[in-house]
Amino acid sequence: MTVEAREARQPYLLLSPAMVAVMLLLLVPLAFIVVYSFWLRTATGADQAGFFLDNWREALSDAFYRDILLNTLKIAAITTLVCAVMGYPAAYVIARSRGNKAVLLLLLMLPFWISYIIRTMSWINILGASGAINSALMWLGITDAPIQMLYNEASVILGLVHFLLPFMILNIYVSLDGIDTTLEDAACSLGATRWRTFLEVTLPLSLPGLAAGGLLAFVLGAGTYITPIVLGGPTDAMFANLVFEAIITQLNWPLGSALSLMLLAVLGALVLLYNHFLGMGQLMKGLG
Amino acid sequence: MDNTKRYERLRERYMNGGIDRRSFLGLIGAAGLAYGVQTPFARGALAAAEQVRFDGWGGVVSEAFRKHAFDPYTEKTGITVVDGTFGGGDEYLSRVKASQPGEYNIAHLSGVFDYARYHNLGLSSTLNEDNIPNLKYVIPKLTDVFRKVTGGTLSCVPYDYGTTGIAYNRKHISDEEMKEKGANILLDERFKGKIAGWSDWRTRIWYASLQTGQDPNGATDMDAIWEAVRTHRDLLLKYWSSGAELMSLLAEEEIYVTEAWSGRVYALQEQGHDIGYMDPPNGFGWQECLFVMKGSPMEPCEELLNFMLAPETSIAVAEGQNYPPALDPTKVDLGKKIPTLPAFDPTGKLDGLTFADPAYWNGNEQEWSKLFGRIQKGY
Repeated sequence: MTVEAREARQPYLLLSPAMVAVMLLLLVPLAFIVVYSFWLRTATGADQAGFFLDNWREALSDAFYRDILLNTLKIAAITTLVCAVMGYPAAYVIARSRGNKAVLLLLLMLPFWISYIIRTMSWINILGASGAINSALMWLGITDAPIQMLYNEASVILGLVHFLLPFMILNIYVSLDGIDTTLEDAACSLGATRWRTFLEVTLPLSLPGLAAGGLLAFVLGAGTYITPIVLGGPTDAMFANLVFEAIITQLNWPLGSALSLMLLAVLGALVLLYNHFLGMGQLMKGLG
Repeated sequence: MDNTKRYERLRERYMNGGIDRRSFLGLIGAAGLAYGVQTPFARGALAAAEQVRFDGWGGVVSEAFRKHAFDPYTEKTGITVVDGTFGGGDEYLSRVKASQPGEYNIAHLSGVFDYARYHNLGLSSTLNEDNIPNLKYVIPKLTDVFRKVTGGTLSCVPYDYGTTGIAYNRKHISDEEMKEKGANILLDERFKGKIAGWSDWRTRIWYASLQTGQDPNGATDMDAIWEAVRTHRDLLLKYWSSGAELMSLLAEEEIYVTEAWSGRVYALQEQGHDIGYMDPPNGFGWQECLFVMKGSPMEPCEELLNFMLAPETSIAVAEGQNYPPALDPTKVDLGKKIPTLPAFDPTGKLDGLTFADPAYWNGNEQEWSKLFGRIQKGY
């Protein structure tokens, strides 16, 4: 084998473990899910193999699934927006700080050391009827009875923001940190105000990070099922809860497979849209 | 033929020119891959005889099992009990369905309907009752219902029983009001936002049957039942999905009233919370069993079941988990605490409890669980 041929093979050799992992852990299970979505669940809970379109017909035509999907996308969009509004200033402060940047980044990473479920449940102790806020309000005499702050859509969004905000901040931070600050200095020296410099130099250059963080927050938010279970009320279910329920409670794996593929298709379409308008290269840049 | 012999033959064919180098290396690679893939499972099978996997409801129930049954059993026999938990029979069934035979061994299942479901899915085993002599202490009525499902044999031993009654905060609801309203307290507008309910479709339909004056094992007006389920949903703070969540909601006073598992309420009362408990007429009675899955190492499992049914173990577990044991009080002295537990029947006949009819509930499971799932989410 020539040196050129060996060098040409090298990237494939180096990539092969990752490719095998992706194949075995992602594509093969996905193929199983696709096959499953065409099976049927019998009355006893056993699966009937075959090629049936019943699950797809139900998933695509039933208004129940459509409504929950739209509600899920709405919650994910609000969460992403809140994360962007809250995350940008935080990322800006970290990126422009001198000396204590490492400490601030460490503080940002701290929540990842605690289980997501524990972090979500901690809101019960903060917002609950006998939680910290209600106890303080009643102790101060501001209210006589606890205010109901938990188990509604707002508490679900709060839980999701708590979960996703660090992802958003990190993505924006990476983008801001990569901006050449002499460009901002140049804008100022040419007479631009600080605000105009931010709007016309800093913000456009940091958009890839903002977009990458937004995409990540939206996709993760739309796929969550723990947060609505822990912090949501009876009508705050999200689409992943339907998948969980079909598979676990109703033992209807075929329908659950069709529903999960439906969610995958919607989120996949969103990624394609992102790719069309901003390009995946921007996402990679944003991810550092 | 062992692997060494296979390799020697393959090598001989290669050396003799029977196969080319690429095929030889390919076959060696494939054998290595197959060994690598099967080893974890083979290891599981080999370990099966030295360990038994047990799955239960978690929380105080699991603690009682671990402390009073598993640890002493391991100490006595050297067989490790791997202790897992689940939030409900449906969730566990899904895990079992995705597993290899023998991966899950014993489950603390609730209700004869679960037993029948698992049996219908081909997951039942046949216990050798000679290996479980302590079965003689069990209330006969409890074993008879299981035998009917599995044609006279047993795939489980009954272990405890209890009720899903109504728990209420005495600061806000008096015992008198509870007696007067019964199951309808869960539809009382006065407690809107302070009512909860288990997210289990059977329990919801059972209580809706009581609220609409119907037989919980044979409702005829399903429209009225779904309407009651919707009314309850609209008054609800949230559906709870585990015993731990139930206890937290009651203890933190997030809710004032919910249906609840008798043993969990007793645990709250023991902790000093002023929570009342009432079984309305035709309240939901259930019995739990220790179900052995098909493909499990039968002798170690039977030995564990026999150990767990020994009166001293069974009583200790019952006192720990706050559910009366399946032991017949006319045959075994159950001590002082057990007669004080909710749902305890000193006669051993259990005539005062209404159990779910497996044929009725399993026959409607597919339709009702799905419909309840929708109503639960606001439809």
